[in-house]
Amino acid sequence: MNDEKNKECCSSSCCESSSPNGYGYAAGMITTVVGNIVRINSLNTFKDKFEHFKCRVSSFRNEYKIEPKLYALGNPDADSDVFVSANYKYSFDHLRRDLSGLNCWILAINTNGINVWCAAGKGTFGTGRVALAIKKSRLTEIVSHKKIILPQLGAVGVSAHEIKKQTGFTVVYGPVYSKDIKNFINSGYTANEEMRSIKFPFNERVKIAPLELIPALKPFLWAALIVMVITGITGTGIIFSQMYEFGLPLIILGFIAILCGTVLVPILLPFLPFKSFAVKGMILGFIPSIIAIFSIPSVVLIVFSWIVFPAVSSYYSLLLTGSTTFTSPSGVEKELRKAIPLYFIALAAAIICLVLYKLIHFGIL
Amino acid sequence: MMKYLSNVVSLEFNSNKCRKCMMCTIVCPHRVFEFKNNEIVINDRDRCMECGACMKNCPFDAISLHPGVGCATAIIRGMLTGKEPSCDC
Repeated sequence: MNDEKNKECCSSSCCESSSPNGYGYAAGMITTVVGNIVRINSLNTFKDKFEHFKCRVSSFRNEYKIEPKLYALGNPDADSDVFVSANYKYSFDHLRRDLSGLNCWILAINTNGINVWCAAGKGTFGTGRVALAIKKSRLTEIVSHKKIILPQLGAVGVSAHEIKKQTGFTVVYGPVYSKDIKNFINSGYTANEEMRSIKFPFNERVKIAPLELIPALKPFLWAALIVMVITGITGTGIIFSQMYEFGLPLIILGFIAILCGTVLVPILLPFLPFKSFAVKGMILGFIPSIIAIFSIPSVVLIVFSWIVFPAVSSYYSLLLTGSTTFTSPSGVEKELRKAIPLYFIALAAAIICLVLYKLIHFGIL
Repeated sequence: MMKYLSNVVSLEFNSNKCRKCMMCTIVCPHRVFEFKNNEIVINDRDRCMECGACMKNCPFDAISLHPGVGCATAIIRGMLTGKEPSCDC
């Protein structure tokens, strides 16, 4: 999937290069007992930030990786801390930025360019690969201590006691967010409750909206085309004025329904009643249904609006569970088992409404 | 803090096996475990998102749950293919 894209980015082939010149973040080499190690800086350039934005809105993120290996930040020595991260460049950039001014080692694990949390869930940021990276980088020869610092969310895939058993290194779990790392270090490598909690603040919820909206556009365009054709068909061919009067308001309101499920639900999440995502989405989906009463001159199509729009918004709201930080698989499965049959009933009712509308229109009913 | 559905998660904690190493209280991103009166206790099960970090990092097998991703797309795909749900994020 998407393997033709992102040629301008750091693809896996360019990452094979041992020359630091290709990296914007590289600042020469550091010589150690095991050979030269790429030294990196902590600066996130405008290009980096633009690429981070692209990760938020497109499949660019799928190929945004760096070579998985040990890097030196600043001027680390045998006593310096070792921070472990994924080889997703977005995560790596945030880590090196948040470690600015420190001399330390960064060990990037090969997670196939996926962020720590998702990779830990899949097991690629896992005990096996972390242990392997420790051995391959010859970390025992580079540092004199036996401590590695992992992001807390890496604990989903990594077993600290297993790492200790396999490599002798003690895993210390850092904070959830890299922005708290300096605070963590200054507190004697301990994190307070706040730093150990994952959150889902407003700015994060805004950022997921395009990720939800963009994939919804393709099915929307197909649905819009079908609605245009159905509303436009008359005994004498496809009539544009019919599309304009009946089809266009349906399509605009349908788009609003999608916006409700993909954009409004995440933004308003803590303020929407009920814990179920399907219900939260359904409630907002009634907004376009209410507007339909005043904008569509057909009772059957208004009924159609009251069935379809809440169902569409509810469905996209349920898909949001993949981007949230607090939904459990048991809970999502429970919701799906209740919601999916209802979506099929809504689909059947919607088709019946469209057929009725045409039969009335043709004067058969 | 936002909470999901009540009484759904598969989290089980066996206090007899617990040796109070504190790892669960460290790794849980929703602060489900608490050290209280010289014991580890679950303070709010409904905050659990079944990520599995606690189970993975408990050296004494005191915690059990069915870990997974709380993602509708992944679970729908799992239902359709009959495989374990997995996401493509």
